[in-house]
Amino acid sequence: MFDHGIFERHSLLLVVGILIVVSIGGIVEIAPLFYLESTIEKVQGMRPYTPLELAGRAIYVREGCYTCHSQMIRPLRDEVERYGHYSLAAESMYDHPFQWGSKRTGPDLARVGNKYSDEWHRAHLVDPRSVVPESVMPPYKFLEETDLQFDTIEEALKANRIVGVPYTDDMIASARADLMAQANPESDDVAAFQKRYPKAQVRDFDGNPQRLTEMDAVIAYLQMLGTLVDFSTYKADAPENRR
Amino acid sequence: MADHKKEIDQHSGTETTGHEWDGIRELNTPLPRWWLWVFYATILWAFGYWILYPAWPTLTGYTHGILNQSQRDDVTKALAALKDQRQQAAAAFSNASLQQIEADPNLFTFAREAGKSAFGDNCATCHGSGAQGSKGYPNLNDDVWLWGGKLDDIQHTIQVGVRSTNPETRNSQMPAFGRDKLLEPAQIDDLTEYVVFLSGHQANQAAVTRAQPLFKEQCAVCHGDDGKGNREFGAPNLTDKEWLYGGTRADIHAQIVNGRGGVMPTWASRLDPVTIKALAVYVHSLGGGEQ
Repeated sequence: MFDHGIFERHSLLLVVGILIVVSIGGIVEIAPLFYLESTIEKVQGMRPYTPLELAGRAIYVREGCYTCHSQMIRPLRDEVERYGHYSLAAESMYDHPFQWGSKRTGPDLARVGNKYSDEWHRAHLVDPRSVVPESVMPPYKFLEETDLQFDTIEEALKANRIVGVPYTDDMIASARADLMAQANPESDDVAAFQKRYPKAQVRDFDGNPQRLTEMDAVIAYLQMLGTLVDFSTYKADAPENRR
Repeated sequence: MADHKKEIDQHSGTETTGHEWDGIRELNTPLPRWWLWVFYATILWAFGYWILYPAWPTLTGYTHGILNQSQRDDVTKALAALKDQRQQAAAAFSNASLQQIEADPNLFTFAREAGKSAFGDNCATCHGSGAQGSKGYPNLNDDVWLWGGKLDDIQHTIQVGVRSTNPETRNSQMPAFGRDKLLEPAQIDDLTEYVVFLSGHQANQAAVTRAQPLFKEQCAVCHGDDGKGNREFGAPNLTDKEWLYGGTRADIHAQIVNGRGGVMPTWASRLDPVTIKALAVYVHSLGGGEQ
């Protein structure tokens, strides 16, 4: 019989023993995800967030949207029927932190991009019940009244690069110009911006060309959610994409 | 503890652990047998699971298990089965023209049901759960149509959207006469009176007379000389009592100043043709469908 008295009498041994036992789960379940190449599907179309989307995402996190809205369509029939293609790991690869969420008081937002008009989003964020009478979402009217603060946007891009998002020096250097260009189709910087972020949507998102507000950033973020991956080139039945 | 002697507690007849604190000794009551066997069984179950299902990570992938189960394959199959099931129900439906569907009671019932559920998931967010619309979002129950109320018109609008990202989208833009300084404020005031007059309300006659040539010059291209609108441009009829952005003087004035226009997304890339067909029939049957 194994004598566990040796652990009971030596606290250091006990600590080491506990650490070994507790870390087995992590080593088996988490560690392989970092070295397995098949963890993140190979897809076409993923790009890092534009500075404006990143700023919108920061507001999304700040306001705690994730407490009521998930961004994770599970591979279940009813979810795919309602929300669209199930979410891929690749779609969250530039998310730090990810916004999968764990509770749906409101609907899943993983593919809300381009589903509704900017005008609808604006009306809905200002007063959710003006467009969805049965909604229990709180109003976020202040978003359209608050100028977007983006003097630290370069730092935000740099921080994301440290954790693995492939922002180039060029992207970081022009982060401010890109952020303003995305919300202003008249800007001279639009062409350069779209070269850096292919297919990014450029327009005045909040319907108020005079100001660059938090509403611009949030709607820019919402309107790109789930729209990047080109599913026409994604092979769902390929062996490496099975899960 | 291997080195201590077995001690039996006199009162319970159970072995003790040999530990003693202030004369109190600890019983070493064994676990109930049934519990212990269930515990061992769960361990065995885990071995079975490892063999049958995806379980262990390896250096290049993971063990797939004998059943070769995959959640993603499962959902693909479930969706294919669903599509199959629908296609059987919808075979006649897909082949029939929109007009035939409305004429056939069975197909019509199918379209109403399928359309209603798709409407709730996708359209009700803007047009309201009863399709009653709201400011900026057209009411689909009445017989006022911006882009046409025939079955084919409705189907086309659903497919391509309005001012959407679809290259074939229905598109038109009312100029922002005030915001972009295309007209003087006084001219806009006159035009407001003119539109109020068109819809049959009391208006300032002098302003109406002043605005008449202005309307012909600036507005009639889309809204028509008589102000009855033109569906080719999605230009609303200004002579009826229905208003997308409100019918008060202030609303009409604001619309001439800002030239607002809503966006309806394109659904061709999100919904399958059968669902779009069903939606077209559903919306057409809400009350205002045109023949």
